[in-house]
Amino acid sequence: MTVRDPDEANGVGGAHATSGGHDPDEGGHFGPYGGRFMPEALISAQDELAEEYDKARNDPEFVAELDRLLRDYAGRPSPLTEAERFGAHAGGARVLLKREDLNHTGSHKINNVLGQALLVKRMGKRRVIAETGAGQHGVATATACALLDLDCVIYMGATDTERQALNVARMRLLGAEVRPVNTGSATLKDAINEALRDWVTNVADTHYLLGTAAGAHPFPLMVRNLHKVIGQEAREQVLRSTGELPDAVLACVGGGSNAIGVFHGFVDDPGVRLIGMEAGGHGLDSGEHGAALTSGTPGTLHGARSYLLQDEDGQIAEAYSISAGLDYPGVGPEHAWLADSGRAEYRAVTDEEAMEAFKLLSRTEGIIPAIESAHALAGALRLGRELGPDAVLLVNLSGRGDKDMDTAAHYFGLVPEAGITGEDQQ
Amino acid sequence: MSLEDVFRTCAAQRRAALIGYLPAGFPTMPESVELLEAMVRGDGDTPGCDIVEVGLPYSDPVMDGPTIQAASGQALRNGFRVRQLFDAVSAVAAAGAAPVVMSYWNPIHRYGPDAFAGDLRAAGGLGLITPDLIPEEAGEWTAASNRHGLDRIFLVAPSSSERRLALTAEAGSGFLYAASVMGVTGARDSVSGSARDLVRRTREHTSLPIGVGLGVRDAEHAAEVGRFADGVIVGSAFITRAEREGATGAGAFAGELARGLRAEPASTAER
Ligand SMILES: Cc1ncc(COP(=O)(O)O)c(C=O)c1O
Repeated sequence: MTVRDPDEANGVGGAHATSGGHDPDEGGHFGPYGGRFMPEALISAQDELAEEYDKARNDPEFVAELDRLLRDYAGRPSPLTEAERFGAHAGGARVLLKREDLNHTGSHKINNVLGQALLVKRMGKRRVIAETGAGQHGVATATACALLDLDCVIYMGATDTERQALNVARMRLLGAEVRPVNTGSATLKDAINEALRDWVTNVADTHYLLGTAAGAHPFPLMVRNLHKVIGQEAREQVLRSTGELPDAVLACVGGGSNAIGVFHGFVDDPGVRLIGMEAGGHGLDSGEHGAALTSGTPGTLHGARSYLLQDEDGQIAEAYSISAGLDYPGVGPEHAWLADSGRAEYRAVTDEEAMEAFKLLSRTEGIIPAIESAHALAGALRLGRELGPDAVLLVNLSGRGDKDMDTAAHYFGLVPEAGITGEDQQ
Repeated sequence: MSLEDVFRTCAAQRRAALIGYLPAGFPTMPESVELLEAMVRGDGDTPGCDIVEVGLPYSDPVMDGPTIQAASGQALRNGFRVRQLFDAVSAVAAAGAAPVVMSYWNPIHRYGPDAFAGDLRAAGGLGLITPDLIPEEAGEWTAASNRHGLDRIFLVAPSSSERRLALTAEAGSGFLYAASVMGVTGARDSVSGSARDLVRRTREHTSLPIGVGLGVRDAEHAAEVGRFADGVIVGSAFITRAEREGATGAGAFAGELARGLRAEPASTAER
């Protein structure tokens, strides 16, 4: 493993400043993954973005402005909470929660969005487009655009605008235009396709604010660096509260942004296991899941080579998960590289396991997690039972569950008109 | 016959080559073969396409507008499989035009670039147009296409820098595909001024023929583009016509376009 540049470990600003030992090559390749499988028409914009981002992350003024927003607007640093009563169910292991759910807009997404939105200002562009699945990234993007006075258009699969009607209302309240996408499977991947079509048409004045650590270079690198603050804070916080490094760091993986952010705090600590939990949906055998790393194959999607769900002909498969944020057939290229190299492990958690963990955290800690994050919690329950009471597990609680109350109410039959039980859904 | 020969023959006739696009398997496999044959045949008065781009229907066509998206989707829903592509390619070759394939990279990566190149060549295919593969990522394809003697047709766009135009021209062969506007495929109301400009800029870097695509709607557009480009690429408009009038319509449209290109001898000053 490469040795980390010592400058990199210092404070929040350090997250942006250096190239470090884990950066992709100039073309954005992490080993055989990543790169730029993009229309030529967009390459000049990707070049401009890579160049501007590189300047920005080495510009003390930019870094200071971002740090200020992260602190005063988003509420960083996010706390670390020990979940004792929850840990009792995880074989008695110590479970520490990194509370990204307490950030403004309710998830880790704000870290990336504030960074990119500042970059948009710097590039002198006026219009921002983004995709969203559950609506979390859309809401975060609309929020940053309201704050920084940018025009905002959000593409969202028509299936999701129905499933997440309240988030559509939030985005509109924040001044964004929400465009439902009816093409393909009318979910997240099609929203990304439509955003790319908009971008290729309007690239001169428009930035595509991608919401996860996937896509063509420089997105996987840039989004990862903007989320590294999660891992850097968590490492210090865990050391302070336990005097040691955790045995494992767990995070859910959709496109992989919260996971890569928290992993990067520990990637040079060889004793710390990095474990990504993917959406197992109705089980890997059912074919209805979102587990690109655990059961996909290499290919190219949305601009990068990585693992993805596809059929024999290379047609992209539809993903499935009870959590809209993990309902994506691809995954960021750095995760593919970490998986192949063995530095990180990836496992799948079913809807049922995730929903059990969702309920358990609510009942034992008074914290309602996002269903995405509940996948990471389910991973901790499993791993704690494997490792026993001496284990220290850090879980990235990537978001809060307010947005999921409708799903949960139906799943658990919590409201009279929603009489569907978990069993009925299986 | 090579792509170079096709462009040379057209140039000798002082006209641009007509390049038609249709997804294989649209709306069904047998119907797509009929449509492709008609596109080559023309309307009895004038022969049709010199080159045909056979499209490989793909689940996530990010460079395509609504018309081609819908046509590809229909082909897939009707059960199109990648191996059938080669039957469509053979049909074009048998009808007497030069077949190339236009495909996003993932299905080819999945098929295996070398196997794909071998099967394409065996079917009579001459090259591959790659809308989401830039030269920097094309190492595997360069090796496979060299091994099997296929042309590599890359795209250039109005946003391409001089450096990228040079690099792309250097990496490509057969012809260069100039995307006339910033945007996705689809018929447009007028020919954009950026097309002429892009062709002019590209010529400074290459002697390869240049085909202009995106937005060509009718014979009048085609004639206009044919005055400054070596090839005129028509896709969405063929699909729309085929949907309305079937193979007869596709053949008639090919004839109209071809006549448009032959109407006025192209001024050699511009070409
Ligand atoms: C709370 C939360 N966690 C996780 C994710 C998954 O994204 P990623 O894998 O990029 O962290 C989402 C996406 O919407 C989310 O809202």
